[in-house]
Amino acid sequence: MEEAVPLKKENGKTVMVALFQSQENIVGEVVIEPIHGKKVEHNGIKIELLGQIELYFDRGNFYDFTSLVRELDVPGELYERKTYPFEFSTVEMPYESYNGVNVRLRYILKVTISRNYVSNIVEYQDFVVRNYTPPPSINNSIKVVDKLIRKDIFPLKLNYTSMEVGIEDCLHIEFEYSKSKYHLKDVIVGKIYFLLVRIKLKNMELEIRRRESTGSGPNTYVETETLAKFELMDGAPVRDGPGISLTRATSNAFAGESIPIRLFLSPYELTPTYRNINNKFSVKYYLNLVLVDEEDRRYFKQQEITVYRLLESS
Amino acid sequence: MMLNGAEDEEKWLAEGIAGIQHNAFYMHQALDSNNLREALKYSALMLSELRTSKLSPHKYYELYMRAFDELRKLEMFFKDESKHGVSVVDLYELVQHAGNILPRLYLLCTVGSVYIKSKEAPAKEVLKDLVEMCRGVQHPIRGLFLRSYLAQISRDKLPDIGSEFEGDAETVMDAVEFVLQNFTEMNKLWVRLQHQGPGTVREKREKERNELRDLVGKNLHVLSQIEGVDLEMYKETVLPRIVEQVVNCKDDLAQYYLMDCIIQVFPDEYHLQTLETLLGACPQLQPTVDIKTVLSRLMDRLSNYAASSPDVLPEFLQVEAFAKLSKAIGKVIEAQIDMPAVGAITLYVSLLTFTLRVHPDRLDYVDQVLGACDKKLSTIPKLGDSRATKQVVALLSAPLEKYNDIVTALRLSNYPRVMDHLDNGTNKVMAMVIIQSIMKNSSCISTPDKVEVLFELLKGLIKDMDGADVDELDEEDFKEEQNSVARLIHMLYNDEPEEMLKIICTVRKHTMAGGPKRLPYTVPSLVFSALRLVRRLQGQEGDIVGEEVPATPKKIFQLLTQIIESLSIVPAPELALRLYLQCAEAANDCDLEHVAYDFFTQAFVLYEEEIADSKSQVTAIHLIIGTLQRMSVFGVENRDTLTHKATGYSARLLKKPDQCRAVYACSHLFWVDDQDGLKDGERVLLCLKRALRIANAAQQMANVARGSSGPVTLFVEILNKYLYFFEKGNPQITSAAIQDLIELIKTEMQSDSATPDTASDAFLASMLRYIQFQKQKGGVMGEKFESIKL
Repeated sequence: MEEAVPLKKENGKTVMVALFQSQENIVGEVVIEPIHGKKVEHNGIKIELLGQIELYFDRGNFYDFTSLVRELDVPGELYERKTYPFEFSTVEMPYESYNGVNVRLRYILKVTISRNYVSNIVEYQDFVVRNYTPPPSINNSIKVVDKLIRKDIFPLKLNYTSMEVGIEDCLHIEFEYSKSKYHLKDVIVGKIYFLLVRIKLKNMELEIRRRESTGSGPNTYVETETLAKFELMDGAPVRDGPGISLTRATSNAFAGESIPIRLFLSPYELTPTYRNINNKFSVKYYLNLVLVDEEDRRYFKQQEITVYRLLESS
Repeated sequence: MMLNGAEDEEKWLAEGIAGIQHNAFYMHQALDSNNLREALKYSALMLSELRTSKLSPHKYYELYMRAFDELRKLEMFFKDESKHGVSVVDLYELVQHAGNILPRLYLLCTVGSVYIKSKEAPAKEVLKDLVEMCRGVQHPIRGLFLRSYLAQISRDKLPDIGSEFEGDAETVMDAVEFVLQNFTEMNKLWVRLQHQGPGTVREKREKERNELRDLVGKNLHVLSQIEGVDLEMYKETVLPRIVEQVVNCKDDLAQYYLMDCIIQVFPDEYHLQTLETLLGACPQLQPTVDIKTVLSRLMDRLSNYAASSPDVLPEFLQVEAFAKLSKAIGKVIEAQIDMPAVGAITLYVSLLTFTLRVHPDRLDYVDQVLGACDKKLSTIPKLGDSRATKQVVALLSAPLEKYNDIVTALRLSNYPRVMDHLDNGTNKVMAMVIIQSIMKNSSCISTPDKVEVLFELLKGLIKDMDGADVDELDEEDFKEEQNSVARLIHMLYNDEPEEMLKIICTVRKHTMAGGPKRLPYTVPSLVFSALRLVRRLQGQEGDIVGEEVPATPKKIFQLLTQIIESLSIVPAPELALRLYLQCAEAANDCDLEHVAYDFFTQAFVLYEEEIADSKSQVTAIHLIIGTLQRMSVFGVENRDTLTHKATGYSARLLKKPDQCRAVYACSHLFWVDDQDGLKDGERVLLCLKRALRIANAAQQMANVARGSSGPVTLFVEILNKYLYFFEKGNPQITSAAIQDLIELIKTEMQSDSATPDTASDAFLASMLRYIQFQKQKGGVMGEKFESIKL
């Protein structure tokens, strides 16, 4: 056990548990000590390493995507404290531990003392798995950069909570984020260009939203949480309310009408992006740019980003 | 709600201040306990108070200053890493976690200040980041104050020459770039401020904007303080960038203020070397910008600069300052079609002032300015605007004041053209100014050409102008004007008689057009001016006989006759009569009998035909007698004719006392008291006797008419004459006659019907004393008087 990380239990308490990553050897020992002077009869002792996905709406149903067993003892009797070493070698743990709204992915070590006539004695020990990704390949940098710079122009397709006719001609902005893939401690850097503003904007925010979808088909459950609300702009860079546009033609210093974006991800509790984990659930992240006008109407545009866990040692 | 606007604002401000104080309290606690986390939390909360939109700039400023003071404390804390244990680099990131942008950026600037001081990153990088990040605040008031905070904290940290932040890789350019960018952004915010809120409060908004202008202007001040901004950099980078922003913002308030700011903030020599850029901007400004004031200030500064040292003058010549300014003004006027006339003229006034101060020797420049102004004025139907008129007067007065010499101004060909644009009233005012200038400086106008030009200038005073409303003339003003013109005529003088004659002819030509109202004022001056010339020529005639001499007294007298005759249209016979007599005297002195006789003839003709009023007749006849008495040029025949006329008219006056006095005055015509003078005692006595008869008749008439004898004044006066001639040795005047007369007077005085008259009493007493005095003196005269027995 090299490292301990906090883990939130069902009862809301946080405990420190061991941290592993895939392909690691999970080695340890189980100590069983009967209550003083009593003997324990059993039909055998085993330890299991389980990777489970638990869907809350399907309470009680666990899907074990990993299940490894080691027999620790043959049936017999225990009179005194006994230590059983165990080892799971290069365990394949493809998924990270995750504690979501509707779903939980956990790794546990389960020790079972089987008995006749009376119920088995079962003990659990959680541990956490995190898997690291190397930064996007350097070899592909030129191509990747081209793909990574996401530029969205949406003069005609603006999402507006209560669609209004004619809004297309009122707001024309461009924005760009330097990348589409961010590691957990990364910084989102970008710029927003205002080309046409005929709406009296009050402010602009950047939200980080997590979209967790569970189940499949008609039984798909989607939960969206806003993890961060970060104000990017106070007021709006327009000369006048309606009527005046800031096109490239009228403002020769075009760069002057841009708003910088710089959002540090470290303060927020993000996880990497999970796509279709064991056909059970996905966790995706979105950047949502929200413009609020003086009548508190909100205009937004959402972009998916990929979050990954950077291998820090490198 | 709206009614209580001010009250509400006070309330909001109070709430804001309370919020700041509240959070500052917890922030202080955190600072004291070295708790960075809490310090950041409460400082952000404190700064959140600045997010308000409810306050006017004025009140917002109050709030800002409170927060500003608190931020100083926070900065001290940030500076001391031992207190919070976080490196400044991490701190720089940490403060950026704040979710609200305004507190985040205030904190970022505060840490940024510490960051630069720590020198862990090049000042240039940090400054660039800060100025860029501040773009996030686009709300005009909040943005302006935030950037003003940035300017404030960065002022002592610019990588200027000689600054501790001047790194190897850093040049002054970075500092300049930073300030320019901040300036540009602040100006945009400031300009946008006018579009905030409803249109009805526009005026209030403009006022508020005006209060904030110095926040923007401060950046220019900072630029001017940067050591490394030399002329080269100013010319190549700083000014073009500022001007670009000024022009592009298309806002009149900002353009006016910033142009003025540039002019006031940067050194004069820079302006001189960048005139083209600076002036090039002017025609591009909004039509509503008060460019004339801007340019006037520029020219003021440049003139002062020129005046500061003669060494800088070559610079002006080298950059052709005048030509550039002149051209720029032309362009501005051309570009701003709607500029009222007053604006254009004011510009020319400024340019003229500049020219007069910087190039006083370049009269051609002055004329050029006037010419340009004339051209502009020609496009305007007629100057109705009183302010414009005032400016034209200022324009025309400036050269007079500068040169203190109208003669110089008379060389300006465009001067009269500009003056022509004035309305009649102002034209006269201007003419008066010119005359006053001449008087004040005792300028002598000495050539006919200049006189011609001058009178052309003064034509408003010299003659009736078309369309002038004669009825509206103020009598007093008119009198003063014409008196001024009369005085002016005496300032036109040349030592050369020929030239002088030409001058006189020129003046005559102009004044003759003045009409009946003006002639009585101008003719006497002209006559005396001509007579002065006559006096100068007097006696010279003999020497130059035979030559072709244009200026001879004879000729002048001919001219004078014509001049005086012109008064007949007024008519002003009394004045003409006096002038004829003056001329006669002058002719007498020139020994020109015929001329003198002719003048007398004219005088008599006037007396006979024009002077009907008895009082005027009395005055006139006495003038004639007096003048005639002094004439020495006449031969016996002419003299007889004239004296005969004079005595004849004297006896025909209406009132007896007047007759009496005129007649006894005539006695002097026969007794000229000098060596070769006529001395005809007989005729003197005749006159006096005749006077006595008339006095007697007057006495009797008084008795009959009023029942009392008139005063004895006449007798006393005649006695005086007797005594005079007695003393002068007129053999016809005897002591016996005098005794009889005294006796007569005494009897009259004692008569019951006599009217007491103290003046006569005193006169008589005085004469009796005189007789006593002469007696006592002895000698020949004493003996003579001794014969008078009292």
